[in-house]
Amino acid sequence: MHEIKLRVGTISYRVASPWLAPVAALRRLYAGYPAPEDGIATVTARIGPPARWRRWIRPQVGIEGDHSLPDTVPMALRHALLAAEMAMNMQVALGERRHLLLHASAVERGGKALIMPGESGSGKSTLAALLGEAGWRLMADEFVMIDLASGMALPFPRAISLKNSAIAEMVGRIADPGRFGPQLSATPKGELRHLRPNADAISRMDEPAVPALILFPSFGFEAASEGVSRSELFMRLTEGSTNYVALGLPGFEALLRLAQSVPSARFAYPDSDSGIAIVEQFCAEAGI
Amino acid sequence: MRDARALAAALADPVSVLAFSSDDWTSLLAIARAERLDGSLAFRLADLPLPPVVLRALEDARAQAEFGQTQALWEVEMARRVLAPIGIAPILLKGSAFAFARLPAGIGRLVGDLDILVPRDRIDDAEAALLAAGFEWVKNDDYTQLYYRRWMHELPPLVHRERGSMIDVHHTILPPTARRTPDAAALIGDSIEIAPSLRILSPPDMIIHAVAHLLADGDLAGGLRNLWDIDRLLRLFAASADFWKALERRAALHEMREPLGLALRLADRIFATPVEPRLAGYDRMRDGLFVRRLLARDGWGRPTRPINRLGFYVRSHWMRMPPLMLARHLWIKARAT
Repeated sequence: MHEIKLRVGTISYRVASPWLAPVAALRRLYAGYPAPEDGIATVTARIGPPARWRRWIRPQVGIEGDHSLPDTVPMALRHALLAAEMAMNMQVALGERRHLLLHASAVERGGKALIMPGESGSGKSTLAALLGEAGWRLMADEFVMIDLASGMALPFPRAISLKNSAIAEMVGRIADPGRFGPQLSATPKGELRHLRPNADAISRMDEPAVPALILFPSFGFEAASEGVSRSELFMRLTEGSTNYVALGLPGFEALLRLAQSVPSARFAYPDSDSGIAIVEQFCAEAGI
Repeated sequence: MRDARALAAALADPVSVLAFSSDDWTSLLAIARAERLDGSLAFRLADLPLPPVVLRALEDARAQAEFGQTQALWEVEMARRVLAPIGIAPILLKGSAFAFARLPAGIGRLVGDLDILVPRDRIDDAEAALLAAGFEWVKNDDYTQLYYRRWMHELPPLVHRERGSMIDVHHTILPPTARRTPDAAALIGDSIEIAPSLRILSPPDMIIHAVAHLLADGDLAGGLRNLWDIDRLLRLFAASADFWKALERRAALHEMREPLGLALRLADRIFATPVEPRLAGYDRMRDGLFVRRLLARDGWGRPTRPINRLGFYVRSHWMRMPPLMLARHLWIKARAT
């Protein structure tokens, strides 16, 4: 087995693979990330052949680790980097018990966090990536962690997965080609390319921020926006949290506090520039 | 780590982890999660001076185990509310019993489905009451229903429509088609009332059931966890006078003398459990195969020793029903999929 150990925010990973190439790709993608605290990785994500012979003949990659789901579909070996990323996500989605998980991206400015929940395709990752290059600090592109005691948002700045048209969008805006992973074509999620967050996001991965605004984006529509009621916000955040139920009462209290104290709205946007403009306008009103 | 021996050592003798390297810790956590013993491990290591990252990971495992127990106790209460009014006092089995009775085997233990034992002549009443209370069949095809009702020791699994929780209603502890026939009436007769309308097995019968579950009914999946139950129970029960004699009598009654001996030898070899040597008997050649199967897990948490695993898989079916019946069962299952 080949392995890489790294720390992303509060999670200390060991990622293991019987093939060298995916681990080498991870090393390049996560260059500059810190090692686990005390050198001890406490979460293992794995990829591996779903059957022994699949390591060599028409190789396939299954998504495995400390926590796994029974019905994940194996992928082709050329998509192993995506499988490894999904294995890393799955450990957090199924195993995290210390913080409340929100399925959302987040960026920070002046100690205040803008949180953007959303389904795949809503544009939450792309918006966070864009803002992360335009004066904001990227905190997370997939999972935001809420500290149960303090209510603060904690960074989890994993590599950002850019999909389809978002790839060209970001390649055009970022000068350093070394921050991009290889282009993965015809994956189950379409065209895909990973982007390493910038040095600021990585070096400040232990710096929390106060949740100040929650925006629900949807990409590909005429520009429009409306407020989100507290009850709807609560419901939507529970729907997107994989560990809300397992946390019991502390999870409920943390989520309730968010829904009661943080303003929220939804908006649609047709392209990146208008998306950024709408976000900035909301943030000006919220004092971020 | 080549196998799960370090996990077994950490559970039985917690100070063994004090010499761990950082890679040892990573492997131990992966193995413990794969064997679903991370909650038990977390409680065992609670008082040791450990690296802060490890303490945090173990604290998470403890919180998860405690949440699982709260849910399990709630399911017990839900079952009691359904069955008490029709005069059935279910006997709690396995994890739910350990949690409810606050036995050492329950500390940090994962509790899966709710398993209960009811008298065979009341099982239709129990079934009707549970169906009326919102439980429904997980699988409702004719063959599954027939298979369970004719040949198994339990009703087909039921799942609650709203809570999503599962309940297995047993009338004995091994399939009627199996080679051995435990005395279900004696299990019920000797059971102990632990709360109004709730019962648990007597201590010797609890051991017999754990042994039956580990060695006489299944392919040893989760075997290390089941053997750890046996260790925890034996260490508690062995303190009472005449326990070993009572255990020997019950083992004979339930036709479980030989599996009991094997389980005691395995507990001794893997967890250094103090056992009565005469009951345990002498080591046999094949004991080693069981030890290898129970510890078949590498440092990345992957299952190992596929041929040994396959052997125990075949054995589990072989024990459960006679060859012709097995052939028929596998044929029907294969055609259905």
